[in-house]
Amino acid sequence: MPSAAELLPLLPELVLVGGAFVLLMLDLFLSESQRVVTHLLAIALLLATAWLAAAGTGGQGVVLGGMFVRDNMSDVLKTGACVLTALALVYAWPFLRQRGLYKGEVAVLMLFAVAGMMLLISAGNLVMVYLGLEMLALCSYALVAIDRDSATASEAAMKYFVLGSLSSGLLLYGLSLLYGATGTLDLAQLHTAIASSSETTLLLTGTVFAVAGIAFKFGAAPFHMWVPDTYQGAPTPITLFIGSAPELASFALAFRLLEGAVGPLDERWRLLIAGLAVASLVVGNLIALMQTNFKRLLAYSAISHIGFLFLGFAGGGAQGYAAAMFYVISYALMSAAAFGAIVVLSGRGFEADRIDDFKGLNARNPWLAGLVLCIMASLAGVPPFLGFWAKLAVLRAALQGDMLWLAIVGIVFAVVGAFYYLRIVKVMYFDEPVGELVPRDDRPLQVAFGVNALALLVLGIFWNPLMSWCQQAFGA
Amino acid sequence: MSPDSVQMAFPLLSLLVWLPILGGALCLLLGNDRPQAARWVGLVTALAALVLSVPLLTGFDMGSAAMQFVEQRPWIPTYDIRYHLGVDGISVPLIALTTLTTVLVLVGAWSVIEKRASQYVASFLILEGLMIGIFAALDAMLFYVFFEAMLIPMFIIIGVWGGPRRVYASLKFFLYTFLGSVFMLVGLIYLYLKGGSWQLADMVSLPLTMREQTWIFFAFLISFAVKVPMFPVHTWLPDAHVEAPTGGSVILAAIMLKIGGYGFLRFSLPILPDAGHEWAWLMITLSLIAVIYVGLVALVQDDMKKLIAYSSVAHMGFVTLGTFIGFSLVRDFGNTDAARLGLQGAMVQMISHGFISGAMFSCVGVLYDRMHSRRISDYGGVANVMPWFALFWVLFAMANSGLPGTSGFVGEFMVILASFQQHPLVAFAAATTLITGAAYTLWLTKRVIWGDVTNAHVAEMHDINVREWIVLGVFAAGVLLIGLWPKPLTDLMEPSIAQLAGQLAATKL
Repeated sequence: MPSAAELLPLLPELVLVGGAFVLLMLDLFLSESQRVVTHLLAIALLLATAWLAAAGTGGQGVVLGGMFVRDNMSDVLKTGACVLTALALVYAWPFLRQRGLYKGEVAVLMLFAVAGMMLLISAGNLVMVYLGLEMLALCSYALVAIDRDSATASEAAMKYFVLGSLSSGLLLYGLSLLYGATGTLDLAQLHTAIASSSETTLLLTGTVFAVAGIAFKFGAAPFHMWVPDTYQGAPTPITLFIGSAPELASFALAFRLLEGAVGPLDERWRLLIAGLAVASLVVGNLIALMQTNFKRLLAYSAISHIGFLFLGFAGGGAQGYAAAMFYVISYALMSAAAFGAIVVLSGRGFEADRIDDFKGLNARNPWLAGLVLCIMASLAGVPPFLGFWAKLAVLRAALQGDMLWLAIVGIVFAVVGAFYYLRIVKVMYFDEPVGELVPRDDRPLQVAFGVNALALLVLGIFWNPLMSWCQQAFGA
Repeated sequence: MSPDSVQMAFPLLSLLVWLPILGGALCLLLGNDRPQAARWVGLVTALAALVLSVPLLTGFDMGSAAMQFVEQRPWIPTYDIRYHLGVDGISVPLIALTTLTTVLVLVGAWSVIEKRASQYVASFLILEGLMIGIFAALDAMLFYVFFEAMLIPMFIIIGVWGGPRRVYASLKFFLYTFLGSVFMLVGLIYLYLKGGSWQLADMVSLPLTMREQTWIFFAFLISFAVKVPMFPVHTWLPDAHVEAPTGGSVILAAIMLKIGGYGFLRFSLPILPDAGHEWAWLMITLSLIAVIYVGLVALVQDDMKKLIAYSSVAHMGFVTLGTFIGFSLVRDFGNTDAARLGLQGAMVQMISHGFISGAMFSCVGVLYDRMHSRRISDYGGVANVMPWFALFWVLFAMANSGLPGTSGFVGEFMVILASFQQHPLVAFAAATTLITGAAYTLWLTKRVIWGDVTNAHVAEMHDINVREWIVLGVFAAGVLLIGLWPKPLTDLMEPSIAQLAGQLAATKL
């Protein structure tokens, strides 16, 4: 039985999980019209957890026999995951509500998904890595399938589930090889064992499988097959959720496994990651050029952004990981805003997920068009928006890691990527509006969207605190 | 109190950068329902910026090559990026040109642009602030931020208020320049990692091997050559110019192209002197191709704006020629005076071309507002119905062909003189512009302005109104002032040019 002192670093998780159980019970006694209570309490719970993580309440340390690690990095990522999920809930409310999809389980599933993310972020042991990952994944499958009468959503959920299970299998296989080669499940002990081991074949095989599993979870090419269908098929707020906060958890997964466990083999896996980065940049950007569905376009854009994120990993070192973390947080914010734009524009029984739905937006609503312009410029990596600084950080990491060629591939595909983001701007500003499209008149939603989009500009000018936070997480 | 803190007492440059941007934001807030209010806000803001550039000129110490009006404070300490502004003799005239041109563009568009007028005004104001930022930034990353951010308003300007092929032109403009500048970004990051600082002054004093210099030189070259634009990456310019609204063409030609030339002077020359010397032959060749070949291309255009666009490329060839001939003059011939003359010529040519091309595009805009055609063959005998307009046109046409007494002559003559010291053949090739330039400009004038009125549409045209008179009049004053009395301008630049010539000579190896 762990002592109270050992449990203290888990305080944010305990609060979150406890609160989630309470909400699950409470929701049973609420009628459909009172569901807003669950919604608001879930947001409050997430923000409270975020605060506990950000403030470092409970103290840091390695507890529960090395299972659970609370360090600077985990606090930053947990705060980000909680805030982003709260944001996703704000976006989800009006959209899912109108479609009769906002059951109490939506909020609770998201809460448990966040709990999974937080355990994954703090994992100190291979078992913990897998448990956290599965907890997140199972909740996500259910969320994607929440619109069970929709054929596309069901298909998306099915693909997500099958390919997600496959990737979990790959990862598990890789982890078992690592365990077999070293005889330990503890990440820190793995690191020391690998550093002193001369036998590399088994370790390398395990690492390759682990990298494949990580790439699957991130959606990096060539393990990206599930991304476009799932992103397009899932209800937009759910896509928004799975496209933002879980990326932070994937980052932690990659860091804990690659640097934490198989760090001594980094000369080998860095090349693997660089290869995945190139593949993702090429596949993501080139296929995105041909999309007509905005959600699908954003899915391919997500793949390309993972490519950029891997530049930071390939570069390595404290600065490289800080850059990758900065990238993943920036990207999650941008991704949330981009899907948020669809939510804001979608009316009753209508989903504005085609690029053509954005036609002439500037003539109808210059304010919204301006915000979407900010999001697109940020995704394209135009200064002074946040997305540019994220790219600067990972390019710097790649150059610092002596990977000039990788940086060149990155910037060339950044230009390719700029084309399809500009196409959205073109459609909004240069084309005339067709048909009726009334943006949803929902105050909290519009405020959340405005704050989310403008954050990309404001953080783009004052990004020092965010970067300094990321650097502190790795002691850079 | 140290001298530094005295200089920081009044943030003149920050005001010049941020006042237009805030004015632009205000216009956006006014919304498209209140176009007249937005026009006034725009004009007042632009005039305020113009007034602010007066103390910049009067307070500038002409005897010093040092950066003046310096403002420096940390911006992003984690990456050591600083908010560092300052000006020298090279940037002051370009900033003054920017503030003046923006006022003229807003006056010129006053009643012409009716579609989303607030956004139009806002785009130009934001663009103005960003361009001033480019000329004032002394931190490479700050420079890059302004350099790239500028693309968005220009993209919107071409795409929203442009001609029939505006979508193609705006995308081509954006992607071309974006592709160019990302290579520069990699070069800058490399310099930062090597030297540990984004400050231009530190980059200038950073020792670099020949191999490093060559790589970075070409990374910068792609970026600035696209902006200038140099042959063979000039093809975006005719499209962008033709499709852009009048104001967009004027800003593009008068200021944006200068950013490429400025980049060479500010980055490539002092940071990479040895690579610059090594590859000067290439730059000189490309410049001469621009002068001769693109000049000939201009001759056969049937669209007025396209003709002027190609003529811009040819004239900007003098800027790059004057810039890079300096390497050869200083290092192979030890002739610093000629190098200074070439650099001076390049600078004078930039300012002069700013006035002339801005004026020419404004003239085409005046015609276009009346006829809604840019085709040369739709016009003829305009002088008969628009005598005042014809007067201005002919003046600008003469300046464009480099007639002595106009600003067009001064810069080109200085560059030709300098290149004569390097090799008479280079000077000869450059001097052919006096023939081709005169040929395409005068032929254009003959077909559009002179002769009998060719059709009923021309006969219905009325002469320029007061607003247009003011715009063209100011341009004309600038053209004549620099043409007849260039000394204040060259005196202003001289210390900085001399310092630059010294940097050309100093090897970093």
